[in-house]
This record gives sequence, structure tokens and C-alpha cells, in this order.
Amino acid sequence: MDWSFIAHNAHYFVNAGYMTVFISFFGIVFSIVLGIVCAAIEAANIPIVKQIVRIYIELSRNTPLLVQLYFLYFGLPKLGVSWSAETCAIVGLTFLGGSYMAEALRGGFEAVPQVQRESAQVLGFSPSQMLMHVTVPQALSTAIPGVVANIIFLVKESSVVSAIALADVMYVTKDLMGQTYNTYESLTLLIVTYLIILLPISIIGTVLERRSDYARR
Amino acid sequence: MHGAEILLQPGVFPRLLQGLWVTIWIAGVSVLLSLPVGLVVGWLMTLRNPIVRFIMRVYLDFIRIMPQLALLFIAFYGFARAFNWNLDATGACVLVFVLWGGAELGDLVRGALESIPRTQYESAQVLGLNSWQTFSRVILPQALRRLLPASVNLITRIVKTTSLAALLGVIEVIKVGQQIIDANRFQYPDATLWIYGVIFFMYFFVCWPLSIVARRLEKRWAHD
Repeated sequence: MDWSFIAHNAHYFVNAGYMTVFISFFGIVFSIVLGIVCAAIEAANIPIVKQIVRIYIELSRNTPLLVQLYFLYFGLPKLGVSWSAETCAIVGLTFLGGSYMAEALRGGFEAVPQVQRESAQVLGFSPSQMLMHVTVPQALSTAIPGVVANIIFLVKESSVVSAIALADVMYVTKDLMGQTYNTYESLTLLIVTYLIILLPISIIGTVLERRSDYARR
Repeated sequence: MHGAEILLQPGVFPRLLQGLWVTIWIAGVSVLLSLPVGLVVGWLMTLRNPIVRFIMRVYLDFIRIMPQLALLFIAFYGFARAFNWNLDATGACVLVFVLWGGAELGDLVRGALESIPRTQYESAQVLGLNSWQTFSRVILPQALRRLLPASVNLITRIVKTTSLAALLGVIEVIKVGQQIIDANRFQYPDATLWIYGVIFFMYFFVCWPLSIVARRLEKRWAHD
């Protein structure tokens, strides 16, 4: 193991780590927004829109991100859509993540027993009070482990954006191995970078899960 | 929209189907090999031996926290140097998917095993069964129904992840698609749209039935 090589090339991985975090962050934020919208549409039972959401969720969950990205990045420009690799990566990650977030949130809402809503109604809660004080807190408590798992999943999936030539952690690793043949050192930097990004999320997630676990306490 | 004609060119669709077969083959072999690995890993995770526990914890956490693409790089580029082991791209994929699938399945097995009441273990012990016999004859049959829906979902995840094999150079459905696109670059400049569109739906029609089966199983056994 050549430590000076690691010291000399670590800064590439700092920049690449920023790229991974940047793409993942926006992908995750938009996924959660899209997930909330989809879950709300399914819960509200709006006829045709609900079917469209269902089709989207099935398409998104049953196809790999790599193919989604290739279609968005290489396919759609033929129809006149032109976008940068960054935008495309974020759109792709959102397309994938939205359905996963929607399913996690839907699961949370479905887990709230009907009695809870009926009791709130009997106690004279208005619909918005019922939502804010009864349904949402309990639904979130059940949904949070799923949401956290999806966040980690999406950060990991973001490694695929290297395939559309975005200089993320995977891309830099491959580049460095190709240029220098320092395989071990490059792979070590790869592992360490992902651990630095993902371990804190995993730990915060575990803490958050424990803290919000009041539905089962 | 005349670009769609590329799909009707002789050899295009059959070649894509051949590529899809490679995808399914890699996923199938990985799933089959993951099953025994997962059962053993799950059984090991329930043991009380602290050393075994620690090793299993590290194994599971490492596999879970690393992106699958990173694991593929480690196996494909790293193992060749570390063990002087000239693993081809398909072999590296199968190895990673088995280690990954085995870990995920192992955790599912552990969860299912731990949901079995203590009395079942104690009764088996009293009857004089050793721990492997207890596992295979008493616990496993009961754990299986809790296990199956999530395992079917895991299969769809493995199928989807085989797409990454293209990035190591395995000639599977995506790579075949790229070859077709490159070969027809000038006659059909719009080929990317149609070929990637078709590949998108090929994956969909492989994974979707599995998702439906998983959902059915979940519903049927949810109330047991």
C-alpha cells in the first residue's frame, strides 16, 4: 500500500464526494416531495390520476436506474429534450426514488388504525387537526425506518451516475485505476469515501428511528 | 418517428433477447447460489457466539453500506491483484451478487428465525436435536412463510442490479443495445431512444411479475 499515493490523490475524492453528495441530496429531496405527492394522490383516491401514479410506481420500481438514466440521457434528447448530465442524474434519481418514498409513506398511513381516526372525529377534531395531531405523527413513526433506508439506498444508487460521465466517486476511482494502476490505493480511497458519506447517515437514521418509535412504545 | 424501424431490422430484436437471456442467466445463477449462502449466514447470525456474531455483523454492514457498483469494482479489479485471481467480469458479478444476496437473505432468515417463539427451540432441545437439526427440521419450515415474500422481492433487486454488469463489460442486454446503437449510428441516429426504451420494458416485464407474486404472497400470509 502506497500511502503517499493516497495522500496525493485524496483531493480528487473530496471533489468526487461532493459530486456524489450533491446529486444524492437533490435526488433525495425531490424524491421525498414526489413521494408525498404520490402517496397523497393514492390516499385521496382521485380516479384517473391515481392510476397514473400506480403505473409510474410499477415502472419505476421494476426497472434498473442504469437503464432509466441511459434512456433519459441518450434517448430523450432525440425527442428534443436537452439537459446536462447533472440535471439528468437528479431527474433519474428522483424518478427511481419517488416510488420508493411513496411506498414507504403509504405504508405508514395504512398502518394507522381506523379507530384512531374515528376517535379523533368523536373527540371533535377538525380534519386538519386530525391530520396534524393524530394521523401524521403516527404514520411518520412507522414510515421513518423505510424513508431512512430509502435515503441510504438512493445515495448508493447514485454511484450509477458515473455511467453518464459525471465525475462522482466511482468515476474518479475508475479513472485513477486506469491511469496509474494503483488498484489497492484507489479502491481504498473509494471505500473510505463511501464510508465517510454513508456511515453518518446510517447512524443518524438509527437514532432517528429509535427516537420516533413512539407508535410501538 | 421513423427511427422505430430499427427494431424491425433483421437480427435486432433476437440479439436483444439473447442479451436479456445473459442477464437472466447471471441473475438466476446468483439467486440459486445465494439461497444456501443466505440460509447458512442467517443461521450463523442467530448463534450466540460473540466472535461469529461480530464477523457476521461486519460482513452484513459492509455489504449493506457499499454501493453494489463499488463491490463489483472491488471484486473485479481488487481481487485480481490481491489473490492473483483472474476473475472474468461475469464471474465477478456472480461472486458479488452471491455475497450481497447471501447477506441480505441471511438477514431476512435471521428476522424470520427470531420471530419463531422460544418454546419451539426449547422443545427441540429437550427432544435431543442438535442445533443444525433444530434449524433444518423445526425452525426452517415455520420460518419459510415469513421469508418468502421478501425473498421474491430480493430476486427482483438482483435482476435489476445485473444491469451493472454492463459497466464491467459483460455482454448482456444493455451492452448488446449499445452495440446495436453504435453499429447503426448513421442509418438510425434516433436508435438510442428506441433501443433503451425496449430494454427498459424488457427489464420491466421480467421484474413486474415477480413483484406481483411477492405482493400476493405477502397478502396471503400476512394474517397467519
